[in-house]
Amino acid sequence: MRLELVKRPGRSKLFSALSPFIAFALTLIAGAIMFSLLGKSPLAALHVYFIEPVTQLWQIHELAIKAAPLILIAVGLAVCYRANVWNIGAEGQFVIGAILGSVLPVVFPDTQGAWVLPLMLVMGMIGGAAYAAVPAFLKARFNTNEILTSLMLVYVAQLFLDWLVRGPWRDPKGFNFPQTVQFSPSATLAELLPMQGRANLGIVFALVAAVLVWVLISKTLKGFEVRVMGSSPRAGHFAGFRLNRTVFFAFLLSGALAGLAGICEVSGAIGQLQPSISPGYGFTAIVVAFLGRLNPLGIVAAGLVLALTYLGGESVQTALGVSDKVARVFQGMLLFFVLGCDTLINYHIRVVASPGGDGAEAS
Amino acid sequence: MKKLLFALMTTAAAVGFAATAEAQEKLKACWVYVGPIGDFGYSYQHDQGRLEVEKELGDKVETAYLENVAEGPDAERAFERFAREGCKIIFGTSFGFMDAELKVAGKFPDVKFEHATGFKTAENMGIYNARFYEGRYVMGQIAAKMSKKGVAGYIVSFPIPEVVMGINAFMLGAQSVNPDFKLKIVWVNSWFDPGKEADAAKALFDQGADIITQHTDSTAALQVAEERGLLGFGQSSDMIKFAPKAQLTSNTDNWGPYYVERVKAVLDGTWKSDDVWLGIKDKAVLLSPFTNMPDDVKAMAEAAEKKIADGWNPFTGPIAKQDGSEFLKDGEVADDKTLLGMNFYIKGIDDKLPQ
Repeated sequence: MRLELVKRPGRSKLFSALSPFIAFALTLIAGAIMFSLLGKSPLAALHVYFIEPVTQLWQIHELAIKAAPLILIAVGLAVCYRANVWNIGAEGQFVIGAILGSVLPVVFPDTQGAWVLPLMLVMGMIGGAAYAAVPAFLKARFNTNEILTSLMLVYVAQLFLDWLVRGPWRDPKGFNFPQTVQFSPSATLAELLPMQGRANLGIVFALVAAVLVWVLISKTLKGFEVRVMGSSPRAGHFAGFRLNRTVFFAFLLSGALAGLAGICEVSGAIGQLQPSISPGYGFTAIVVAFLGRLNPLGIVAAGLVLALTYLGGESVQTALGVSDKVARVFQGMLLFFVLGCDTLINYHIRVVASPGGDGAEAS
Repeated sequence: MKKLLFALMTTAAAVGFAATAEAQEKLKACWVYVGPIGDFGYSYQHDQGRLEVEKELGDKVETAYLENVAEGPDAERAFERFAREGCKIIFGTSFGFMDAELKVAGKFPDVKFEHATGFKTAENMGIYNARFYEGRYVMGQIAAKMSKKGVAGYIVSFPIPEVVMGINAFMLGAQSVNPDFKLKIVWVNSWFDPGKEADAAKALFDQGADIITQHTDSTAALQVAEERGLLGFGQSSDMIKFAPKAQLTSNTDNWGPYYVERVKAVLDGTWKSDDVWLGIKDKAVLLSPFTNMPDDVKAMAEAAEKKIADGWNPFTGPIAKQDGSEFLKDGEVADDKTLLGMNFYIKGIDDKLPQ
């Protein structure tokens, strides 16, 4: 006997829309089971995990800080994946954006003025886009697999940052510790409501980017091009679209957004360059993009949910004394159930009795 | 369904409130760790200190911790969370938490902060550190006695003063026994990377070292020594379980007494921001039992340990720098400030310090 996935004739609109919610509910149920196995009251634990973090103003700010880079990067990635361009290297574009954007405050720390920050942000976007242009060029010119090139460039970027902060950009007064000077106030991304919490402009950029990209994809010719080239390049070719242009467009746009996320994180939340500036935002954003079903507005919601799983993980750690791995388990379950639900909406399982001896034995 | 959900939520909320109300009678002390408490090294030792506080002060305190906290924005959130959850004293245990902790300390003047291994302080933020170099001096002496070839391998993380100071102290100890002792150094650029540490240990042994020490946190190097039938030292915690035939001793961090003292000070209302650097004398640095060595070596190590506990500093002149220029005159003792900014090797170390 074996199991087979068989494609369903049509996909149910209702269940497609419901799928993320069903997945979330299943995650909650599995989470409750996990907490009771750990000997904690599942209801109290889930309350601490998912509700307590959004009942306090300062924590909502923290949620925004955590979600902003995820949303910014994921929105760019959604354009790539819609165009069937597999940019896996957002983490590297994030880092290079942060580095190029930091040139001003690190190399010229005495430069002050209102123009410093906007210039930093623009340079961050240029850095990310330029770094994304490398795999785009390799794909367009040599038909290289962009999954490999973009992923491998992540390590190049991380090691370059590591070298910079230990070598030429190290703070001369920092006791040989690997970090740059602290950014001056005019190079720091402003906090939105300093009295309440420390959320910065990054979340505003993320929301604006999400809306703009949503308009781009669903309402413009360029968006149509992206969608057509993604689903049927041959048809797109007949319509006069060129594949290489789409590849470059998708890579440059997502690279620029990842670079912007990078410089926002460094200038807003960290305040200096360090050997490691991202806990894997570029990779987590891939999850966010798919949880949001490659729809920029869905991605906003997905980014917030994923950020909540981080904060909730810390809440249960301090309130119930469970391991920090709980948050990872929750993220894993969420992704598992989302993929599972999606698969079962498009396919159904058929049990096939295999011909031959072992089938007979099994039955 | 909706009603049921509402009922469940209010119950959960009530449970939550009840828990906080009860907690307010106790003093809450909190810790932020950079690694997992299961690393059996640096963060593990800090957590042992936390458990000692729970044991010593019993029902007067309540403790909490966050592990595996990344340096940067996540660290700032961790400190802010603890400050808002009613912690009265918060210990940050990694150098990289310094700026984040200082920022949060500025926002919560009524909460006491303590930061390990840093150099910035505030009215409500003190710093503490341990003189690990004292233990390393003793280890250097043991190495010089036990090595047949007169060559030790030293695996190091980053060229910060703390690490450079340790290399120099180890070498001073070795030279006091064997003036021609050689040290081979490998930088792995990480505090915790068992794979890299094991590779470095293998390379060092292949190049002729027959004894190994490290300023990185995993047990990997010592395990390589165990496999090859050679010798080595533990780091941060007693690693004898991982290398019963190879470990000579381990330079162990013992934070418990300090943590108990500081939490007590908050309870008594006598807490003041301070800057302490504790050593063998204060039992903050402990050498785990001397094993796998003959009795005369053991006696020598115990004597050196006692001498340091009685107040002698391994950095007592005459000591020359690597290039031969004078560092300390005969009888001169290095002050703490010089040690905390140390960025040069002493004479006899054949390696170029990464700058």
